[in-house]
Amino acid sequence: METTALQHIASQVRRDIVRMVAGVNSGHPGGSLGCADFLTLLYFDQMNHNAETYTMDGIGQDLFFLSNGHISPVWYSVLARAGYFPVNELGTFRKLSTRLQGHPSTDKKLPGIRMASGSLGQGLSVAVGAAQVKRLNKDNSIVYCLHGDGELQEGQIWEAAMYASAHKVDNVIATIDWNGRQIDGDVENVISLGDLHAKWAAFGWEVLTMDGHNFTDMKNTLMKAKSLCGHGKPVVILMKTEMGQGVDFMMGSHKWHGVAPNPSQLEDALGQLEETLGDY
Amino acid sequence: MTEFEILGNKDTRSGFGEGLAELGRTNENVVALCADLTGSLKMDAFQKENPERFFQVGIAEANMISLAAGMTIGGKIPYTGTFANFSTGRVYDQIRQSVAYSKKNVKICASHAGLTLGEDGATHQILEDIGMMKMLPNMTVIVPADHNQTKQATIAIAAHEGPVYLRFGRPVMPIFVKPDANFVIGKADLLTEGTDVTIIACGHLVWKSIEALKALEEAGISVELINMHTIKPLDTDAIMKSIAKTGCVVTAEEHMMHGGLGDSVAQFLSRTNPVPQEYVAVNDTFGESGTPMELMTKYSIDTQDVINAVHKVLARKNA
Repeated sequence: METTALQHIASQVRRDIVRMVAGVNSGHPGGSLGCADFLTLLYFDQMNHNAETYTMDGIGQDLFFLSNGHISPVWYSVLARAGYFPVNELGTFRKLSTRLQGHPSTDKKLPGIRMASGSLGQGLSVAVGAAQVKRLNKDNSIVYCLHGDGELQEGQIWEAAMYASAHKVDNVIATIDWNGRQIDGDVENVISLGDLHAKWAAFGWEVLTMDGHNFTDMKNTLMKAKSLCGHGKPVVILMKTEMGQGVDFMMGSHKWHGVAPNPSQLEDALGQLEETLGDY
Repeated sequence: MTEFEILGNKDTRSGFGEGLAELGRTNENVVALCADLTGSLKMDAFQKENPERFFQVGIAEANMISLAAGMTIGGKIPYTGTFANFSTGRVYDQIRQSVAYSKKNVKICASHAGLTLGEDGATHQILEDIGMMKMLPNMTVIVPADHNQTKQATIAIAAHEGPVYLRFGRPVMPIFVKPDANFVIGKADLLTEGTDVTIIACGHLVWKSIEALKALEEAGISVELINMHTIKPLDTDAIMKSIAKTGCVVTAEEHMMHGGLGDSVAQFLSRTNPVPQEYVAVNDTFGESGTPMELMTKYSIDTQDVINAVHKVLARKNA
Protein backbone atom coordinates (compact mmCIF):
# COMPACT_ATOMS: atom_id res chain seq x y z
CA MET A 1 0.00 0.00 0.00
CA GLU A 2 1.20 3.51 -0.83
CA THR A 3 2.51 5.61 2.02
CA THR A 4 -0.14 8.28 1.50
CA ALA A 5 -2.88 5.66 1.79
CA LEU A 6 -1.32 4.33 4.98
CA GLN A 7 -1.05 7.83 6.42
CA HIS A 8 -4.69 8.31 5.52
CA ILE A 9 -5.69 5.30 7.61
CA ALA A 10 -3.33 6.17 10.47
CA SER A 11 -4.86 9.63 10.77
CA GLN A 12 -8.30 8.10 11.23
CA VAL A 13 -6.89 5.59 13.72
CA ARG A 14 -5.51 8.51 15.75
CA ARG A 15 -8.89 10.23 15.68
CA ASP A 16 -10.49 7.00 16.87
CA ILE A 17 -7.97 6.73 19.72
CA VAL A 18 -8.50 10.17 21.17
CA ARG A 19 -12.28 9.97 20.74
CA MET A 20 -12.40 6.56 22.43
CA VAL A 21 -10.45 7.59 25.50
CA ALA A 22 -12.19 10.96 25.74
CA GLY A 23 -15.55 9.20 25.47
CA VAL A 24 -15.00 7.33 28.73
CA ASN A 25 -12.49 9.72 30.29
CA SER A 26 -10.04 6.83 30.71
CA GLY A 27 -7.56 4.77 28.76
CA HIS A 28 -4.07 5.20 27.37
CA PRO A 29 -3.73 7.62 24.45
CA GLY A 30 0.03 8.25 24.53
CA GLY A 31 1.38 4.84 23.56
CA SER A 32 -1.63 4.23 21.34
CA LEU A 33 -0.88 7.31 19.22
CA GLY A 34 2.78 6.33 19.11
CA CYS A 35 2.02 2.91 17.66
CA ALA A 36 -0.72 4.00 15.23
CA ASP A 37 1.60 4.07 12.22
CA PHE A 38 3.16 0.70 13.00
CA LEU A 39 -0.10 -1.17 13.55
CA THR A 40 -1.63 0.43 10.48
CA LEU A 41 1.31 -0.77 8.42
CA LEU A 42 1.19 -4.23 9.96
CA TYR A 43 -2.51 -4.86 9.36
CA PHE A 44 -2.94 -3.01 6.06
CA ASP A 45 0.31 -3.84 4.35
CA GLN A 46 2.57 -6.39 6.01
CA MET A 47 0.68 -9.18 7.71
CA ASN A 48 -0.88 -12.11 5.91
CA HIS A 49 -4.28 -12.16 7.55
CA ASN A 50 -7.96 -12.09 6.70
CA ALA A 51 -10.59 -10.63 8.99
CA GLU A 52 -13.36 -12.57 7.25
CA THR A 53 -11.76 -15.94 7.87
CA TYR A 54 -10.56 -15.13 11.38
CA THR A 55 -10.28 -18.07 13.76
CA MET A 56 -8.67 -18.39 17.14
CA ASP A 57 -6.17 -20.94 15.79
CA GLY A 58 -5.22 -18.75 12.82
CA ILE A 59 -3.92 -21.66 10.77
CA GLY A 60 -2.19 -20.41 7.63
CA GLN A 61 -2.32 -16.78 8.75
CA ASP A 62 0.16 -14.49 10.49
CA LEU A 63 -0.63 -13.81 14.13
CA PHE A 64 -0.26 -10.65 16.18
CA PHE A 65 -0.08 -10.40 19.98
CA LEU A 66 -0.21 -7.10 21.84
CA SER A 67 1.83 -7.61 24.98
CA ASN A 68 1.52 -4.01 26.21
CA GLY A 69 -2.24 -4.38 26.41
CA HIS A 70 -2.88 -0.89 27.77
CA ILE A 71 -2.55 0.53 24.26
CA SER A 72 -5.74 -1.33 23.36
CA PRO A 73 -7.33 1.76 21.70
CA VAL A 74 -4.93 1.65 18.76
CA TRP A 75 -5.38 -2.09 18.33
CA TYR A 76 -9.16 -1.87 18.51
CA SER A 77 -9.23 0.92 15.97
CA VAL A 78 -6.94 -0.88 13.53
CA LEU A 79 -8.86 -4.15 13.94
CA ALA A 80 -12.17 -2.42 13.31
CA ARG A 81 -10.84 -0.47 10.34
CA ALA A 82 -9.39 -3.74 8.96
CA GLY A 83 -12.83 -5.34 9.13
CA TYR A 84 -12.63 -7.53 12.23
CA PHE A 85 -15.72 -5.99 13.80
CA PRO A 86 -18.04 -3.03 13.13
CA VAL A 87 -16.36 0.37 13.41
CA ASN A 88 -19.34 1.64 15.42
CA GLU A 89 -18.39 -0.74 18.20
CA LEU A 90 -15.39 1.49 18.98
CA GLY A 91 -17.88 3.72 20.79
CA THR A 92 -18.42 1.01 23.41
CA PHE A 93 -14.77 1.05 24.52
CA ARG A 94 -14.49 0.48 28.30
CA LYS A 95 -18.26 0.65 28.75
CA LEU A 96 -20.25 -1.98 30.65
CA SER A 97 -20.70 -5.27 28.73
CA THR A 98 -18.44 -4.15 25.88
CA ARG A 99 -16.27 -6.54 23.90
CA LEU A 100 -13.67 -3.75 23.92
CA GLN A 101 -12.45 -4.22 27.47
CA GLY A 102 -10.03 -1.73 28.99
CA HIS A 103 -7.28 -4.21 28.27
CA PRO A 104 -7.66 -6.78 25.48
CA SER A 105 -9.37 -10.02 26.41
CA THR A 106 -10.71 -13.15 24.79
CA ASP A 107 -13.48 -13.28 27.36
CA LYS A 108 -16.03 -11.45 25.22
CA LYS A 109 -14.80 -13.07 22.01
CA LEU A 110 -13.80 -9.94 20.12
CA PRO A 111 -12.48 -11.12 16.73
CA GLY A 112 -8.77 -10.52 16.27
CA ILE A 113 -7.79 -11.02 19.90
CA ARG A 114 -6.29 -14.34 20.83
CA MET A 115 -4.94 -13.66 24.31
CA ALA A 116 -5.66 -11.37 27.20
CA SER A 117 -2.92 -8.89 28.01
CA GLY A 118 -2.46 -6.03 30.39
CA SER A 119 -0.38 -7.56 33.12
CA LEU A 120 2.93 -6.87 31.40
CA GLY A 121 5.71 -9.15 30.30
CA GLN A 122 3.75 -12.20 29.20
CA GLY A 123 3.21 -11.60 25.50
CA LEU A 124 6.64 -12.58 24.25
CA SER A 125 6.27 -16.03 25.82
CA VAL A 126 2.81 -16.34 24.29
CA ALA A 127 4.07 -15.34 20.84
CA VAL A 128 7.02 -17.72 21.03
CA GLY A 129 4.74 -20.59 22.08
CA ALA A 130 2.37 -19.84 19.21
CA ALA A 131 5.33 -19.65 16.83
CA GLN A 132 6.58 -23.07 17.91
CA VAL A 133 3.15 -24.53 17.24
CA LYS A 134 3.21 -22.95 13.76
CA ARG A 135 6.34 -24.99 13.16
CA LEU A 136 4.77 -28.18 14.55
CA ASN A 137 1.80 -27.60 12.27
CA LYS A 138 4.12 -27.03 9.30
CA ASP A 139 2.60 -23.56 8.95
CA ASN A 140 5.10 -21.07 7.55
CA SER A 141 3.27 -18.00 8.81
CA ILE A 142 4.93 -15.44 11.05
CA VAL A 143 4.03 -14.47 14.60
CA TYR A 144 4.32 -10.77 15.45
CA CYS A 145 4.22 -9.21 18.88
CA LEU A 146 4.52 -5.70 20.25
CA HIS A 147 5.95 -4.64 23.60
CA GLY A 148 6.48 -1.41 25.46
CA ASP A 149 10.02 -0.43 26.29
CA GLY A 150 9.12 -0.02 29.96
CA GLU A 151 7.69 -3.53 29.74
CA LEU A 152 11.20 -4.83 29.18
CA GLN A 153 11.77 -4.27 32.91
CA GLU A 154 9.65 -7.40 33.47
CA GLY A 155 11.90 -10.41 34.01
CA GLN A 156 9.71 -12.79 32.05
CA ILE A 157 10.57 -10.94 28.83
CA TRP A 158 14.16 -12.08 29.23
CA GLU A 159 13.14 -15.63 30.11
CA ALA A 160 11.28 -15.72 26.81
CA ALA A 161 14.15 -14.04 24.96
CA MET A 162 16.61 -16.65 26.24
CA TYR A 163 14.23 -19.49 25.44
CA ALA A 164 13.45 -18.31 21.90
CA SER A 165 17.07 -18.19 20.86
CA ALA A 166 17.94 -21.45 22.64
CA HIS A 167 15.09 -23.16 20.77
CA LYS A 168 15.89 -21.34 17.50
CA VAL A 169 12.39 -19.93 17.19
CA ASP A 170 12.95 -18.11 13.92
CA ASN A 171 9.39 -17.32 12.89
CA VAL A 172 8.71 -14.62 15.44
CA ILE A 173 9.20 -10.88 14.91
CA ALA A 174 8.98 -8.89 18.13
CA THR A 175 8.77 -5.11 18.02
CA ILE A 176 9.62 -2.81 20.90
CA ASP A 177 7.80 0.50 21.13
CA TRP A 178 10.91 2.44 22.05
CA ASN A 179 9.38 5.75 23.09
CA GLY A 180 11.51 6.15 26.20
CA ARG A 181 8.53 6.93 28.43
CA GLN A 182 6.66 5.07 31.15
CA ILE A 183 4.11 6.04 33.78
CA ASP A 184 6.56 7.46 36.30
CA GLY A 185 8.67 9.33 33.77
CA ASP A 186 11.44 8.70 31.29
CA VAL A 187 12.49 5.06 31.12
CA GLU A 188 16.08 6.19 31.49
CA ASN A 189 15.27 7.68 34.90
CA VAL A 190 12.86 5.02 36.15
CA ILE A 191 15.02 1.99 35.41
CA SER A 192 17.45 2.41 32.57
CA LEU A 193 17.35 -0.32 29.93
CA GLY A 194 21.05 0.23 29.30
CA ASP A 195 22.28 -0.79 25.88
CA LEU A 196 19.09 -2.30 24.51
CA HIS A 197 20.60 -3.30 21.20
CA ALA A 198 23.46 -5.13 22.90
CA LYS A 199 21.10 -6.82 25.34
CA TRP A 200 18.94 -8.38 22.62
CA ALA A 201 22.00 -9.31 20.60
CA ALA A 202 23.54 -10.96 23.64
CA PHE A 203 20.35 -12.97 24.07
CA GLY A 204 20.85 -14.32 20.55
CA TRP A 205 18.35 -12.24 18.60
CA GLU A 206 18.70 -10.52 15.25
CA VAL A 207 18.28 -6.85 16.13
CA LEU A 208 16.92 -4.23 13.74
CA THR A 209 15.99 -0.62 14.39
CA MET A 210 13.47 1.60 12.64
CA ASP A 211 11.65 4.89 12.80
CA GLY A 212 8.09 4.09 13.86
CA HIS A 213 6.72 7.16 12.10
CA ASN A 214 8.44 6.66 8.74
CA PHE A 215 6.46 4.24 6.59
CA THR A 216 9.25 3.72 4.07
CA ASP A 217 11.75 2.87 6.79
CA MET A 218 9.25 0.58 8.52
CA LYS A 219 8.41 -1.23 5.27
CA ASN A 220 12.05 -1.80 4.49
CA THR A 221 12.79 -2.96 8.01
CA LEU A 222 9.86 -5.37 8.11
CA MET A 223 10.86 -6.80 4.74
CA LYS A 224 14.34 -7.32 6.14
CA ALA A 225 12.90 -8.88 9.31
CA LYS A 226 10.84 -11.32 7.25
CA SER A 227 13.86 -12.25 5.18
CA LEU A 228 15.70 -13.09 8.40
CA CYS A 229 12.98 -15.52 9.44
CA GLY A 230 13.80 -19.17 8.95
CA HIS A 231 17.48 -18.72 9.64
CA GLY A 232 17.66 -20.03 13.18
CA LYS A 233 17.29 -16.79 15.14
CA PRO A 234 14.35 -14.79 16.42
CA VAL A 235 14.07 -11.18 15.26
CA VAL A 236 13.46 -8.05 17.30
CA ILE A 237 12.87 -4.56 15.96
CA LEU A 238 13.66 -1.59 18.19
CA MET A 239 11.15 0.96 16.96
CA LYS A 240 11.79 4.59 17.80
CA THR A 241 8.50 6.34 18.41
CA GLU A 242 7.14 9.46 20.05
CA MET A 243 4.53 8.95 22.73
CA GLY A 244 1.45 10.94 21.73
CA GLN A 245 2.58 11.25 18.08
CA GLY A 246 0.20 13.38 16.02
CA VAL A 247 -1.21 15.48 18.85
CA ASP A 248 1.25 18.24 19.70
CA PHE A 249 0.35 18.75 23.34
CA MET A 250 0.60 15.03 24.05
CA MET A 251 4.13 14.72 22.66
CA GLY A 252 7.42 15.25 24.44
CA SER A 253 6.60 13.81 27.85
CA HIS A 254 5.17 10.79 29.67
CA LYS A 255 2.20 12.74 30.97
CA TRP A 256 -0.31 11.39 28.44
CA HIS A 257 0.52 7.75 29.06
CA GLY A 258 -2.78 7.07 30.77
CA VAL A 259 -4.76 10.30 30.81
CA ALA A 260 -7.75 11.12 28.63
CA PRO A 261 -8.20 14.55 27.05
CA ASN A 262 -11.03 16.76 28.30
CA PRO A 263 -13.58 18.11 25.78
CA SER A 264 -11.55 21.17 24.78
CA GLN A 265 -8.35 19.16 24.56
CA LEU A 266 -10.21 16.63 22.42
CA GLU A 267 -11.31 19.39 20.10
CA ASP A 268 -7.73 20.63 19.88
CA ALA A 269 -6.48 17.11 19.12
CA LEU A 270 -9.11 16.41 16.47
CA GLY A 271 -8.20 19.68 14.80
CA GLN A 272 -4.75 18.22 14.23
CA LEU A 273 -5.97 14.89 12.83
CA GLU A 274 -7.75 14.73 9.50
CA GLU A 275 -10.95 12.70 9.36
CA THR A 276 -10.26 10.40 6.43
CA LEU A 277 -12.46 7.33 6.71
CA GLY A 278 -15.34 8.79 8.68
CA ASP A 279 -15.61 8.86 12.46
CA TYR A 280 -17.48 6.02 14.15
CA MET B 1 -15.09 -55.22 57.76
CA THR B 2 -14.45 -53.23 54.59
CA GLU B 3 -11.38 -54.53 52.79
CA PHE B 4 -9.43 -52.65 50.14
CA GLU B 5 -7.14 -54.67 47.94
CA ILE B 6 -3.72 -53.11 47.70
CA LEU B 7 -2.74 -53.41 44.06
CA GLY B 8 0.83 -52.24 44.56
CA ASN B 9 2.78 -49.31 45.92
CA LYS B 10 3.76 -46.34 43.77
CA ASP B 11 3.95 -42.58 43.72
CA THR B 12 1.21 -40.54 42.07
CA ARG B 13 3.78 -38.65 39.96
CA SER B 14 4.60 -41.93 38.22
CA GLY B 15 0.93 -42.23 37.37
CA PHE B 16 1.18 -38.83 35.71
CA GLY B 17 4.27 -39.91 33.78
CA GLU B 18 2.57 -43.08 32.56
CA GLY B 19 -0.58 -41.20 31.57
CA LEU B 20 1.41 -38.58 29.70
CA ALA B 21 3.40 -41.24 27.89
CA GLU B 22 0.19 -42.94 26.83
CA LEU B 23 -1.21 -39.63 25.58
CA GLY B 24 1.98 -39.15 23.60
CA ARG B 25 1.17 -42.34 21.75
CA THR B 26 -2.55 -41.72 21.28
CA ASN B 27 -3.07 -37.97 20.91
CA GLU B 28 -0.83 -36.10 18.50
CA ASN B 29 -2.04 -32.74 19.80
CA VAL B 30 -0.61 -33.26 23.26
CA VAL B 31 2.62 -31.34 23.86
CA ALA B 32 4.58 -31.16 27.10
CA LEU B 33 6.70 -28.48 28.72
CA CYS B 34 8.95 -28.91 31.72
CA ALA B 35 10.97 -26.47 33.82
CA ASP B 36 14.10 -28.54 34.51
CA LEU B 37 12.34 -31.29 36.48
CA THR B 38 11.79 -33.92 33.81
CA GLY B 39 12.95 -36.78 36.00
CA SER B 40 11.09 -35.61 39.08
CA LEU B 41 7.87 -35.30 37.09
CA LYS B 42 8.46 -38.65 35.33
CA MET B 43 8.13 -36.98 31.94
CA ASP B 44 11.13 -38.88 30.53
CA ALA B 45 9.11 -41.40 28.55
CA PHE B 46 7.08 -38.73 26.78
CA GLN B 47 10.24 -36.76 26.07
CA LYS B 48 12.04 -39.79 24.65
CA GLU B 49 9.19 -40.90 22.44
CA ASN B 50 8.09 -37.42 21.28
CA PRO B 51 11.15 -35.17 21.22
CA GLU B 52 9.51 -32.75 18.78
CA ARG B 53 6.55 -32.30 21.10
CA PHE B 54 8.54 -31.91 24.30
CA PHE B 55 9.81 -28.45 25.27
CA GLN B 56 12.51 -28.03 27.88
CA VAL B 57 11.98 -24.56 29.30
CA GLY B 58 14.72 -24.46 31.91
CA ILE B 59 14.21 -22.80 35.27
CA ALA B 60 11.70 -20.25 34.02
CA GLU B 61 8.21 -21.19 35.15
CA ALA B 62 6.52 -17.91 34.23
CA ASN B 63 7.75 -18.32 30.68
CA MET B 64 6.55 -21.93 30.68
CA ILE B 65 2.95 -21.06 31.59
CA SER B 66 2.67 -18.29 29.01
CA LEU B 67 4.39 -20.41 26.35
CA ALA B 68 1.82 -23.12 27.03
CA ALA B 69 -1.00 -20.61 26.69
CA GLY B 70 0.42 -19.54 23.32
CA MET B 71 0.75 -23.16 22.21
CA THR B 72 -3.00 -23.68 22.50
CA ILE B 73 -3.35 -21.32 19.54
CA GLY B 74 -3.04 -23.71 16.65
CA GLY B 75 -4.79 -26.55 18.44
CA LYS B 76 -2.22 -28.11 20.75
CA ILE B 77 -2.97 -29.36 24.28
CA PRO B 78 -0.01 -28.33 26.43
CA TYR B 79 0.83 -30.13 29.68
CA THR B 80 3.20 -28.17 31.91
CA GLY B 81 5.22 -29.94 34.55
CA THR B 82 6.96 -28.67 37.64
CA PHE B 83 6.52 -28.80 41.43
CA ALA B 84 3.17 -27.59 42.76
CA ASN B 85 4.82 -24.61 44.42
CA PHE B 86 6.30 -23.39 41.14
CA SER B 87 3.15 -24.36 39.23
CA THR B 88 0.91 -22.00 41.18
CA GLY B 89 2.21 -19.37 43.59
CA ARG B 90 5.21 -18.50 41.47
CA VAL B 91 3.14 -18.11 38.31
CA TYR B 92 -0.27 -17.07 39.59
CA ASP B 93 -0.50 -13.98 37.44
CA GLN B 94 0.52 -15.84 34.30
CA ILE B 95 -2.12 -18.49 34.97
CA ARG B 96 -4.71 -15.88 35.83
CA GLN B 97 -4.30 -13.76 32.69
CA SER B 98 -3.04 -16.11 29.98
CA VAL B 99 -4.72 -19.38 31.02
CA ALA B 100 -7.80 -18.90 33.20
CA TYR B 101 -9.11 -15.53 31.97
CA SER B 102 -8.14 -16.33 28.40
CA LYS B 103 -9.75 -19.78 28.83
CA LYS B 104 -6.87 -21.66 27.25
CA ASN B 105 -6.64 -25.42 27.04
CA VAL B 106 -3.59 -25.71 29.28
CA LYS B 107 -3.10 -28.57 31.73
CA ILE B 108 -1.03 -27.44 34.71
CA CYS B 109 0.43 -30.60 36.18
CA ALA B 110 1.86 -30.14 39.63
CA SER B 111 3.95 -32.67 41.49
CA HIS B 112 5.46 -32.73 44.99
CA ALA B 113 2.39 -31.03 46.40
CA GLY B 114 1.89 -30.59 50.12
CA LEU B 115 3.91 -31.76 53.10
CA THR B 116 4.80 -35.14 51.60
CA LEU B 117 7.47 -33.55 49.46
CA GLY B 118 9.33 -34.10 52.71
CA GLU B 119 12.90 -33.18 53.43
CA ASP B 120 13.13 -30.14 51.13
CA GLY B 121 11.10 -28.24 53.69
CA ALA B 122 8.56 -25.45 53.68
CA THR B 123 9.96 -23.47 50.75
CA HIS B 124 8.81 -26.31 48.50
CA GLN B 125 5.81 -27.66 50.45
CA ILE B 126 2.91 -25.69 49.08
CA LEU B 127 -0.31 -26.04 51.04
CA GLU B 128 -2.25 -23.17 49.44
CA ASP B 129 -2.35 -24.26 45.82
CA ILE B 130 -5.82 -25.79 45.74
CA GLY B 131 -7.22 -22.57 47.12
CA MET B 132 -5.39 -20.38 44.63
CA MET B 133 -6.40 -22.51 41.69
CA LYS B 134 -10.03 -23.05 42.62
CA MET B 135 -10.56 -19.33 43.04
CA LEU B 136 -9.82 -18.81 39.37
CA PRO B 137 -12.89 -18.77 37.14
CA ASN B 138 -12.77 -21.36 34.31
CA MET B 139 -10.29 -23.54 36.23
CA THR B 140 -10.91 -27.22 36.93
CA VAL B 141 -9.03 -28.57 39.96
CA ILE B 142 -8.24 -32.28 40.31
CA VAL B 143 -6.43 -34.07 43.13
CA PRO B 144 -6.34 -37.80 42.37
CA ALA B 145 -6.01 -40.30 45.19
CA ASP B 146 -3.40 -42.79 44.01
CA HIS B 147 -1.10 -43.81 41.19
CA ASN B 148 -3.75 -45.41 39.01
CA GLN B 149 -6.19 -42.57 39.43
CA THR B 150 -3.51 -40.02 38.60
CA LYS B 151 -2.80 -41.87 35.37
CA GLN B 152 -6.49 -42.00 34.55
CA ALA B 153 -6.97 -38.32 35.36
CA THR B 154 -3.95 -37.34 33.26
CA ILE B 155 -5.52 -39.04 30.27
CA ALA B 156 -9.05 -37.80 30.98
CA ILE B 157 -8.16 -34.11 31.11
CA ALA B 158 -6.90 -34.18 27.52
CA ALA B 159 -10.50 -34.68 26.43
CA HIS B 160 -11.71 -31.79 28.59
CA GLU B 161 -11.58 -28.44 26.79
CA GLY B 162 -10.30 -25.78 29.20
CA PRO B 163 -7.75 -25.03 31.90
CA VAL B 164 -7.04 -27.78 34.42
CA TYR B 165 -4.92 -27.91 37.56
CA LEU B 166 -3.83 -31.49 38.27
CA ARG B 167 -2.17 -31.98 41.66
CA PHE B 168 -0.15 -35.02 42.67
CA GLY B 169 2.83 -35.95 44.79
CA ARG B 170 6.06 -37.67 45.58
CA PRO B 171 5.66 -40.37 48.24
CA VAL B 172 5.13 -44.02 47.44
CA MET B 173 1.66 -44.94 48.63
CA PRO B 174 -0.64 -47.96 48.28
CA ILE B 175 -2.60 -48.28 45.05
CA PHE B 176 -6.27 -49.13 45.45
CA VAL B 177 -8.04 -47.67 42.39
CA LYS B 178 -8.53 -50.39 39.77
CA PRO B 179 -6.37 -49.93 36.69
CA ASP B 180 -9.43 -50.03 34.44
CA ALA B 181 -11.54 -47.63 36.54
CA ASN B 182 -13.38 -44.94 34.61
CA PHE B 183 -12.28 -41.48 35.75
CA VAL B 184 -14.97 -38.86 35.30
CA ILE B 185 -14.10 -35.22 36.08
CA GLY B 186 -16.46 -33.89 38.73
CA LYS B 187 -17.90 -37.28 39.66
CA ALA B 188 -16.76 -38.44 43.11
CA ASP B 189 -15.94 -42.07 43.94
CA LEU B 190 -18.04 -43.62 46.67
CA LEU B 191 -15.61 -45.99 48.42
CA THR B 192 -17.72 -47.24 51.34
CA GLU B 193 -21.37 -46.77 52.15
CA GLY B 194 -22.35 -45.87 55.70
CA THR B 195 -24.90 -44.10 57.83
CA ASP B 196 -23.13 -42.47 60.79
CA VAL B 197 -20.55 -40.15 59.25
CA THR B 198 -19.35 -39.02 55.84
CA ILE B 199 -15.62 -38.68 55.23
CA ILE B 200 -14.78 -36.64 52.14
CA ALA B 201 -11.11 -36.88 51.25
CA CYS B 202 -8.77 -36.15 48.38
CA GLY B 203 -5.22 -37.05 47.40
CA HIS B 204 -3.08 -38.96 49.89
CA LEU B 205 -5.69 -38.46 52.59
CA VAL B 206 -7.98 -40.90 50.82
CA TRP B 207 -5.62 -43.71 51.73
CA LYS B 208 -5.21 -42.34 55.24
CA SER B 209 -9.00 -42.40 55.54
CA ILE B 210 -9.10 -45.98 54.30
CA GLU B 211 -6.58 -46.83 57.00
CA ALA B 212 -8.84 -45.14 59.54
CA LEU B 213 -11.83 -47.28 58.55
CA LYS B 214 -10.64 -50.31 60.51
CA ALA B 215 -10.57 -48.58 63.88
CA LEU B 216 -13.79 -46.75 63.17
CA GLU B 217 -15.65 -49.87 62.14
CA GLU B 218 -14.31 -51.71 65.19
CA ALA B 219 -15.78 -48.90 67.26
CA GLY B 220 -19.12 -49.66 65.62
CA ILE B 221 -19.19 -46.54 63.42
CA SER B 222 -20.72 -46.83 59.96
CA VAL B 223 -18.61 -44.68 57.64
CA GLU B 224 -19.41 -43.40 54.18
CA LEU B 225 -16.09 -42.62 52.51
CA ILE B 226 -16.01 -40.43 49.41
CA ASN B 227 -12.94 -39.86 47.27
CA MET B 228 -13.52 -36.30 46.08
CA HIS B 229 -10.85 -36.28 43.41
CA THR B 230 -12.31 -33.20 41.72
CA ILE B 231 -12.36 -30.15 43.96
CA LYS B 232 -13.82 -27.99 41.23
CA PRO B 233 -16.40 -28.54 39.91
CA LEU B 234 -17.43 -30.09 43.21
CA ASP B 235 -19.71 -33.14 43.09
CA THR B 236 -22.42 -31.54 45.19
CA ASP B 237 -24.91 -34.29 44.39
CA ALA B 238 -22.65 -36.86 46.03
CA ILE B 239 -22.29 -34.64 49.10
CA MET B 240 -26.03 -33.97 49.39
CA LYS B 241 -26.90 -37.62 49.05
CA SER B 242 -24.39 -38.72 51.66
CA ILE B 243 -25.12 -35.98 54.18
CA ALA B 244 -28.81 -36.81 53.97
CA LYS B 245 -27.88 -40.21 55.39
CA THR B 246 -25.17 -39.32 57.88
CA GLY B 247 -25.83 -35.74 58.98
CA CYS B 248 -22.16 -34.92 59.61
CA VAL B 249 -18.91 -34.73 57.71
CA VAL B 250 -15.17 -34.94 58.09
CA THR B 251 -13.07 -33.49 55.29
CA ALA B 252 -9.49 -34.66 54.89
CA GLU B 253 -6.77 -33.22 52.71
CA GLU B 254 -3.06 -32.47 52.48
CA HIS B 255 -3.66 -28.74 52.23
CA MET B 256 -4.25 -25.66 54.31
CA MET B 257 -7.62 -25.63 56.02
CA HIS B 258 -8.25 -22.26 54.41
CA GLY B 259 -9.15 -22.62 50.79
CA GLY B 260 -9.02 -26.37 50.44
CA LEU B 261 -11.47 -29.21 49.87
CA GLY B 262 -13.00 -28.78 53.32
CA ASP B 263 -13.60 -25.14 52.58
CA SER B 264 -15.43 -26.02 49.36
CA VAL B 265 -17.57 -28.60 51.15
CA ALA B 266 -18.37 -26.17 53.96
CA GLN B 267 -19.35 -23.43 51.55
CA PHE B 268 -21.72 -25.76 49.79
CA LEU B 269 -23.25 -27.19 52.95
CA SER B 270 -23.63 -23.82 54.66
CA ARG B 271 -25.87 -22.75 51.81
CA THR B 272 -27.85 -25.98 51.52
CA ASN B 273 -27.77 -28.22 54.56
CA PRO B 274 -25.52 -27.06 57.40
CA VAL B 275 -24.22 -30.00 59.46
CA PRO B 276 -21.35 -30.45 61.92
CA GLN B 277 -18.04 -30.58 60.05
CA GLU B 278 -14.52 -31.34 61.21
CA TYR B 279 -11.39 -30.69 59.19
CA VAL B 280 -8.32 -32.84 58.78
CA ALA B 281 -6.02 -30.26 57.21
CA VAL B 282 -3.02 -28.10 58.00
CA ASN B 283 -4.04 -25.23 60.22
CA ASP B 284 -2.45 -21.95 59.19
CA THR B 285 1.19 -22.99 59.46
CA PHE B 286 4.10 -23.69 57.15
CA GLY B 287 5.68 -27.13 57.07
CA GLU B 288 9.31 -28.10 57.70
CA SER B 289 11.89 -30.73 56.82
CA GLY B 290 11.17 -34.35 57.71
CA THR B 291 10.06 -37.60 56.15
CA PRO B 292 6.64 -37.47 54.51
CA MET B 293 5.07 -39.72 57.13
CA GLU B 294 6.67 -37.86 60.04
CA LEU B 295 5.28 -34.64 58.68
CA MET B 296 1.79 -36.00 58.19
CA THR B 297 1.81 -37.06 61.83
CA LYS B 298 3.27 -33.84 63.18
CA TYR B 299 0.92 -31.63 61.19
CA SER B 300 -2.15 -33.67 62.11
CA ILE B 301 -3.14 -35.07 58.73
CA ASP B 302 -2.51 -38.72 59.56
CA THR B 303 -4.72 -41.75 60.05
CA GLN B 304 -5.22 -41.05 63.73
CA ASP B 305 -6.30 -37.50 62.96
CA VAL B 306 -9.06 -38.82 60.71
CA ILE B 307 -10.19 -41.14 63.51
CA ASN B 308 -10.14 -38.31 66.04
CA ALA B 309 -12.07 -36.00 63.73
CA VAL B 310 -14.77 -38.62 63.22
CA HIS B 311 -15.23 -39.06 66.96
CA LYS B 312 -15.36 -35.33 67.42
CA VAL B 313 -17.92 -34.73 64.71
CA LEU B 314 -20.09 -37.59 65.95
CA ALA B 315 -20.03 -36.12 69.44
CA ARG B 316 -21.20 -32.78 68.03
CA LYS B 317 -23.88 -34.43 65.94
CA ASN B 318 -25.20 -36.41 68.89
CA ALA B 319 -24.93 -33.58 71.41
